Amino acid sequence: MKYVDEFRDGEVAKSLAGAIGREAKPSRNYSFMEFCGGHTHAISRHGVGDLLPANVRMIHGPGCPVCVLPIGRIDLAIHLAMERGVILCTYGDTLRVPASAGLSLLKAKARGADIRLVYSTMDTLRIAREHPRREVVFLAIGFETTTPPTALAILQAQQEGLKNFSVLCNHVLTPSAITHILESPEVRQYGTVPLDGFIGPAHVSTVIGSRPYEYFAEEYRKPVVIAGFEPLDVMQAVRMLVRQVNEGRAEVENEFTRAVTRDGNLKAQSLVSEVFELRRSFEWRGLGEVPYSALRVRAGFAEFDAERRYHLSYVAVPDNKACECGAILRGIKKPRECNIFGSVCTPENPMGSCMVSPEGACAAHYTYGRYKDFPAEVSMTSEANA
Amino acid sequence: MSGVRRNYVRPLDFEQGVIDMSHGSGGRAMAQLIEELFAAAFANEYLAQGNDGALLPVPAGRMVIATDAHVVTPLFFPGGDIGCLSIHGTINDVAVMGARPLWIAASFILEEGFPLGELKRIVDSMAAAAREAGVPVVTGDTKVVEQGNADGVFITTTGVGVVPDDVLLSGDRARPGDAILLSGTLGDHGMAIMSQRENLSFDAPIISDTAALHGLIAAMLATGAEIRVLRDPTRGGLATTLNEIARQSGVGMLLEESEIPVKPVVAAACEFLGLDPLYVANEGKLAAICARSDVERLLAAMRDHPLGRDAAMVGTVHDDAHHFVQMKTSFGGRRIVDWLTGEQFPRIC
Repeated sequence: MKYVDEFRDGEVAKSLAGAIGREAKPSRNYSFMEFCGGHTHAISRHGVGDLLPANVRMIHGPGCPVCVLPIGRIDLAIHLAMERGVILCTYGDTLRVPASAGLSLLKAKARGADIRLVYSTMDTLRIAREHPRREVVFLAIGFETTTPPTALAILQAQQEGLKNFSVLCNHVLTPSAITHILESPEVRQYGTVPLDGFIGPAHVSTVIGSRPYEYFAEEYRKPVVIAGFEPLDVMQAVRMLVRQVNEGRAEVENEFTRAVTRDGNLKAQSLVSEVFELRRSFEWRGLGEVPYSALRVRAGFAEFDAERRYHLSYVAVPDNKACECGAILRGIKKPRECNIFGSVCTPENPMGSCMVSPEGACAAHYTYGRYKDFPAEVSMTSEANA
Repeated sequence: MSGVRRNYVRPLDFEQGVIDMSHGSGGRAMAQLIEELFAAAFANEYLAQGNDGALLPVPAGRMVIATDAHVVTPLFFPGGDIGCLSIHGTINDVAVMGARPLWIAASFILEEGFPLGELKRIVDSMAAAAREAGVPVVTGDTKVVEQGNADGVFITTTGVGVVPDDVLLSGDRARPGDAILLSGTLGDHGMAIMSQRENLSFDAPIISDTAALHGLIAAMLATGAEIRVLRDPTRGGLATTLNEIARQSGVGMLLEESEIPVKPVVAAACEFLGLDPLYVANEGKLAAICARSDVERLLAAMRDHPLGRDAAMVGTVHDDAHHFVQMKTSFGGRRIVDWLTGEQFPRIC
């Protein structure tokens, strides 16, 4: 497949792995966090971890939009669909996020709620046009990548005079989450969690550019390498991070030059700032309240803001007590160090945020890597081509 | 003199007519639908008996019976429709048991208001598939439900076949050291359906692989190779099928990603929608587990058959107390190929 296979080439991977192995100093360990779920997924699906030397460890960060959506926000959406009778539209993965009372959007749908999976905000506008007598709400989730399309939908609805469309906004911001992690006492004060650098987001950075990360590099002395979502991108980024660490540099480097510029997509940014403003604080599943980490609809577009339109008030709901997602998202614990991982908490029956989407740290480890938790009982050298 | 012809019954209107409740009421309208549509299309000696059930000459040996309910949206898709799919699917379930498929029973749930013309297209497609496979539809049933209580047409088919004495295929027979073969490319059916549903168009259209596999299976059995398991990876794809077998046999498996055939257009569509071809449905492919020493002759026989041209050995069976299906990725790493979580395709076959 053109434009994809080139970035998944096993031979190139081997030689890159060799280079990383030579450059990584055996005398020390390297811990890098890939912020994005897209990177986590690529690392797990292609087995990137197997190609890295033992002293290079990847920490799976909180950049999985479905995973960080707290129970209380899903409860609001379920309330709208079940009690207010709206048509609730959202992106696929969101349907499975566990909410209160054993519900999820998928389960609410089975109980008669009109919940529809859409591929874009424009599908939601179409549904609103087709059902002028129904109220249609778009449950908007995601980082900076999915925010511009939501802004565009609101502007278009306003232009068309669409009266039955609104947005339940849960858009969150990448830089605030990274700050939150860097400010956590484990990283900042105690140094119990070694964090030597970040692999910066791919798609998010196409929108916001590489400039916002310069602050982390400078203020926290952490190198950042922005990388594409293909496995070779990840390998190349790891090599660049290892070099920065070895040379004592802390800079923002861009591996994903084929799509990311320093300034990003200015048009998308201006769309977003026209429609949205910063929330003072927002709850992230696993991280808790994070200041200035999310967006809400500006007062000028109040009629398209489901929170105002339906007078919704947010009620926080705590996660399962045994769940270690918070520690896992900050790199303090590994999935298998959580007591309920793989027993009570599985992808079929997720308790915590990291198990919800295949991009979450626990789900990725469960789905792709849990064989590593057991001592090898047989030699698994491949005989498939013998 | 009257212009009315004696005994004249106005024929079904396949241009404009639709199914109404009387077509399921047991009265004349139903008799007419059966006679003019179903009996005419499926015509065979057993159906012609005209009784509530078909009286069949039972051959000696072990019998296999398999049943499959078919609900698919859209009803018509590139490469087939719910009609031929309902024949192929059940023949394949019988055939992967090592059986020669003999007869099929078919039952229809029709939604009030469904166009008779579309029903005729579906039934004609079923009849053609049954004829081509040499497996007649010998008995059937029709029910009509009110509008909104079904999605056009649901078809349940049940197949019966006979297994030769020397054939024993079962999901619990895979052993460490065995080889895993695949008859062709993965994901064609599921992505043909998805691309229709999501209105995706590609330069080369994705065509469903729906096909009856009993001919290919007969050719494989004729080689005398030590085949332990045959299974058609439908819903849930190859990943689900292999996990089922691994659990049933109490073994582990290791796949080689680079050996698994996937058409470029299917791979591209999967990439686009964020799906993994290993989990996408197939309707004309089989996975075979056989003794390592018989791989070459079995592969040769498969590749000689039109439905097995792209056959390949894609992995091996191992000892593993956890029954993991693992894969060496083309990239050079390794990962688990796990059971499907949740439902990627709510209604696909």
